[in-house]
Amino acid sequence: MAELNVESEITGAVWKITTEIGARAEKGDVLMILESMKMEIPVEATQAGTVVRILVSEGETVSEGQPLVRLSD
Amino acid sequence: MFVRILIANRGEIACRVIKTCKRLGIETVAVFSEADRNALHVQLADEAHCIGPAPARESYLVVDRILEVAKSSRSEAIHPGYGFLSENPVLSQACLDAGIVFLGPPPEVIRVMGAKDAAKRMAESIDVPVIPGYHGDDQDDATLQNHAQRIGWPCLIKAAAGGGGRGMRRVNDAAEFAQSLAAVRREAKSFFGDDKVIVERFITQPRHIEVQVMGDNFGRYIHLGERDCSIQRRHQKVIEEAPGCGLSDALRSRMRAAALKLASAIEYKGVGTIEFLVDAGRDDEAFYFIEMNTRIQVEHPITEKVFGIDLVEYQFLIAAGEALPPQDRFNASGYAIEARICAEDPSRGYRPTPGLLREFSVPQLSEHLRVDTGFRSGDEISPWYDSLVAKVIVYGESREDAVRKMSDTLARCRINGISSNIPLLISIMENAVYQRTAVDTNFLQTYGDELLTPRQAALG
Repeated sequence: MAELNVESEITGAVWKITTEIGARAEKGDVLMILESMKMEIPVEATQAGTVVRILVSEGETVSEGQPLVRLSD
Repeated sequence: MFVRILIANRGEIACRVIKTCKRLGIETVAVFSEADRNALHVQLADEAHCIGPAPARESYLVVDRILEVAKSSRSEAIHPGYGFLSENPVLSQACLDAGIVFLGPPPEVIRVMGAKDAAKRMAESIDVPVIPGYHGDDQDDATLQNHAQRIGWPCLIKAAAGGGGRGMRRVNDAAEFAQSLAAVRREAKSFFGDDKVIVERFITQPRHIEVQVMGDNFGRYIHLGERDCSIQRRHQKVIEEAPGCGLSDALRSRMRAAALKLASAIEYKGVGTIEFLVDAGRDDEAFYFIEMNTRIQVEHPITEKVFGIDLVEYQFLIAAGEALPPQDRFNASGYAIEARICAEDPSRGYRPTPGLLREFSVPQLSEHLRVDTGFRSGDEISPWYDSLVAKVIVYGESREDAVRKMSDTLARCRINGISSNIPLLISIMENAVYQRTAVDTNFLQTYGDELLTPRQAALG
């Protein structure tokens, strides 16, 4: 079973997590919304899979390249 | 005049207000979040107080905390800058209750002008034009179509509860109406849970033109001409110009009269801006009131350059109870342009690019070049606040001269460590359409690819 981390493309903060452990995500589904410089930036699933881990919590700061969610196909 | 004031803001505007205070001999009290401990505004102020953690809602937006610092530091007034609490009636009211001067309008004026619908109704009631439309409760298909016919084609159908560009459609003629109405109703229902729609005139070539106004405590209202802020991305201004081009004298005087009428109708005190849309797609010079900003605006320096005045100083003078000079004492000359340098990457959908500003330098300042910024080389551009790094303001004899100066200046600005929009700003200055004539708010959307491509290639 292949696992893959969805990473943050920006430096910012986690505003809202819109998925949960065990949820099924299709490619392009929004998993969480980050906030940076007063902009909301959605984080989308880069491939289809099941959410096996959420690696951050709401309000936490994240940096570019940091893993946010682990998907398993 | 005041002895000591508190500045409830950060970044370039806090630094800019401090500058005027220093010139006038007013002591300054800065507030800062934990993320801004080493910020320029903190160092420039006479004293500074931490008001909480990085997120603005836990620091720069906490009215009680700011008021507490104002009281303990014995500040006589609070300057709110723009953004944050500048148009929040709660701070204005709290200042009133605490006997501290709020450098902005009283709470009731912020309430009226802050709610867009109320502001438009107020404008309509004194015959200041607003975008022709139908906002009524009768949602019968035939009624709506009759109103569209009356307003004229093309029209816009949009969700009454809408926002953010969703649930709206352009309708070119009567034949398209029924189908578009059904589509907007469906979208309105699913996005906003309410299928009520409004019908408005569709502005094909909107230009964003605003009039700077001032009002004192003695019933005198002054205008300071126009600013053209039509170059925008996602409703955020990118380039602003004063006095703007391609506006007839007749149109300018009608807009100024409308702005002054509004300011006097609400007995406005302080500095403010009345924003209009001018429909460049029509030949009747139609313009419509869109909103009023009851604060100093980001782009105020271009008005300062052409009038040779300091608007922040006027905020102090008016609040201290002094009378404004008569209109004929305010005379404009020359042409000013402001460009906003932002920490963002236009080629990647204007993605924010916070980070360490390793190097930031600008050419030698002069009477033709002003740079307002809250950052120095080595500062961190924080993801917690907006992306504005600096405002470059140039002053020339003519628009052509100012455009050339802006282009030269931007090319000599050095910014390293983060991506910025400087290449896009230069492309705009070098764009033939922009150089030739006034543009409308569709400009960046229309020419976006063209503006971004050559620079990319040159850099690649």
